[in-house]
Amino acid sequence: MRVLESLQSGGTGAPGGQPASALRRPGTTSAMMAALSAEGFATVAAPFADALTALARTDERVIALTGERGAAHGDLGAFARAFPNRLMQMGPADQVLIAAASGLAREGFIPFATTYAASACRRAYDIVATTAIEPPRPLKLMGLLPGFASGAEPTRQASDDIAIFRSLPNLTIVDPCDAEDVAAMVPAIAALDGPVYARLPRGGVPLVLKRYRPDYRFELGKAQLVRDGRDVLVIASGLMTMRALQAAEHLAADRIDVAVLHVPTIKPLDVDTILAEAARGGRLVVTAENHSRVGGLGEAVAAALLRDGQSPVFRMIGLPDAVLDAGALPALHERYGLSAERIVADVKGWLQRHPILGNPGAYPFDVWPDDGARSR
Amino acid sequence: MLQGSIARRASTPPTVSLARRAYQVRRNALLMAQAQGEGPIGPALGIADILAVSYFHAMRYCADAPQWDGRDRFVLSAGHYALALYAVLIEVGVLPEAERATYGQDGSRLPVVGMERTTPGIEMSAGAPGLGLGVAVGTAMGLRRRRNPATVYALIAGGEADDGATCEAAMAAAQHGLGNLVGLIDVGGAAATGGGDALRSAEALTARWAAFGWQCQRVDGNDINALTAAFDTLRDGPGDQPRALVCDTRPCRGVPFLEARPQRPFMRVEGQEWARAIELLDAGRPS
Repeated sequence: MRVLESLQSGGTGAPGGQPASALRRPGTTSAMMAALSAEGFATVAAPFADALTALARTDERVIALTGERGAAHGDLGAFARAFPNRLMQMGPADQVLIAAASGLAREGFIPFATTYAASACRRAYDIVATTAIEPPRPLKLMGLLPGFASGAEPTRQASDDIAIFRSLPNLTIVDPCDAEDVAAMVPAIAALDGPVYARLPRGGVPLVLKRYRPDYRFELGKAQLVRDGRDVLVIASGLMTMRALQAAEHLAADRIDVAVLHVPTIKPLDVDTILAEAARGGRLVVTAENHSRVGGLGEAVAAALLRDGQSPVFRMIGLPDAVLDAGALPALHERYGLSAERIVADVKGWLQRHPILGNPGAYPFDVWPDDGARSR
Repeated sequence: MLQGSIARRASTPPTVSLARRAYQVRRNALLMAQAQGEGPIGPALGIADILAVSYFHAMRYCADAPQWDGRDRFVLSAGHYALALYAVLIEVGVLPEAERATYGQDGSRLPVVGMERTTPGIEMSAGAPGLGLGVAVGTAMGLRRRRNPATVYALIAGGEADDGATCEAAMAAAQHGLGNLVGLIDVGGAAATGGGDALRSAEALTARWAAFGWQCQRVDGNDINALTAAFDTLRDGPGDQPRALVCDTRPCRGVPFLEARPQRPFMRVEGQEWARAIELLDAGRPS
């Protein structure tokens, strides 16, 4: 058993690097507000603003609306400088931000509205549901600070944005991984006739995917294998695709071969690709999302697998169905299983319970329930 | 301009009096509610005068081409007000009289709550109160960007004016200087809690929207002459301020025995009372 042998031997090499939390004093505001570091990747300062500006040069229908702090809110400085009269400041008023964007869409414009992801899916949800879905309008709603993005305001994290928006018909949902995903996503969603909700990382956004697959190109609606592997299939989106790729490198040192399927479009889900990859068989299937385990990518994949008659050994990485702790964000990601180190440890642990994964014919499979006790 | 179509211009002298138009709107509303057996007849009768003045004195549109891009847009989000809107759209000629009897029925083009893709002349699907003004703000912004001179009229039911979404939209409209946006706030609904409350709420609304930065005027919403004068005053405004009329209306106006009844969203009207209501309305028919 190749996999079991490597676990019993204790593996070779350990995950390197110090977690960013070691650099800040725990319990302080600066620790709580610390953005997740790009962890060794090169970054792009404001990929969304650059992409939107480039798009606006070729398409006069493109306009932007933003909330408090004006251009700074969505890192829209470049756009504001290039097109000051095409950026509308709506103040911290999410309801009119979305309603006005829908009104502009009625008059032939393509409005990109930026707000906090938590506001988009909660305060503004009614407005999206009522004014942009029937008939479908080309509203492009960008959610800043998606998922578990700050350790300071636990009840204000957008850990449920995907779950909430998945229930709306006609809505496309995107969770980009890196700066190239963000840049390519902008013209792709502008070309869609209907409404879109897209998560948007802020600040310096890392360049990740092409480092692992040089020919990777974002394609709206498509899941793509960024890394292949025979032992584990990690199905991930957004930030967690980056974490999965980092974890895969560490696990390779322990001779555990991890595939990473990047699923930037959550709705409509590329079910064909996901099912084909899962059907290759003999692999632990893990979903990974910076989102609650309730109602997000993981449950969408699980439902698709079951409908297709597949029942692989299945695990979900994501935030628990619980009120989140406050604290230093990197430490919290570690606590909730989102860090690369935790992915490595969890995958090893799950494999250890199923030594027969390398030999599918030997024992019957069943889908194990998600082990909630692992998240503290 | 489309060949053969009729484009209304505000400057065209009316061949039918506005009072007569309002009477016909009331009559259409009663007939539709009668066919259905019930209906939100209170606001429909209450705002008939506002609708008559809007559609037959103030607005530009093309009855044969309700999607004509040069049209003034009339938006509302209080879903049950659709009955009133259908009543005026029939009078305008956008909807055929033959469909009047289908109001509220399955498969009809006249659902109880207005739906954009179902009915010509309905600009926006309604149902969630308080959202109409926000969409109107965006529509006005879009028209201005496109240098389209059309005006957006947003009808706001009294209760909606207190809604957070409406207040956000009102502030945004003033901040963005939307001179092509007109709010018509119907405080008739507030009368359901008693006459005194209606007076206080109209006063407070007018002061509040003026504080938001609107050119704001209070008017008797059931007085056609006062409404006409108010609309004309709005038209002469500075041009970089949104404008609003705070309209005192009486629900069920035009049918005294219904006006006197305790107001509810769907008025209780017994079978034979519909015919009596129409008789009373006809007896007072203006020329």
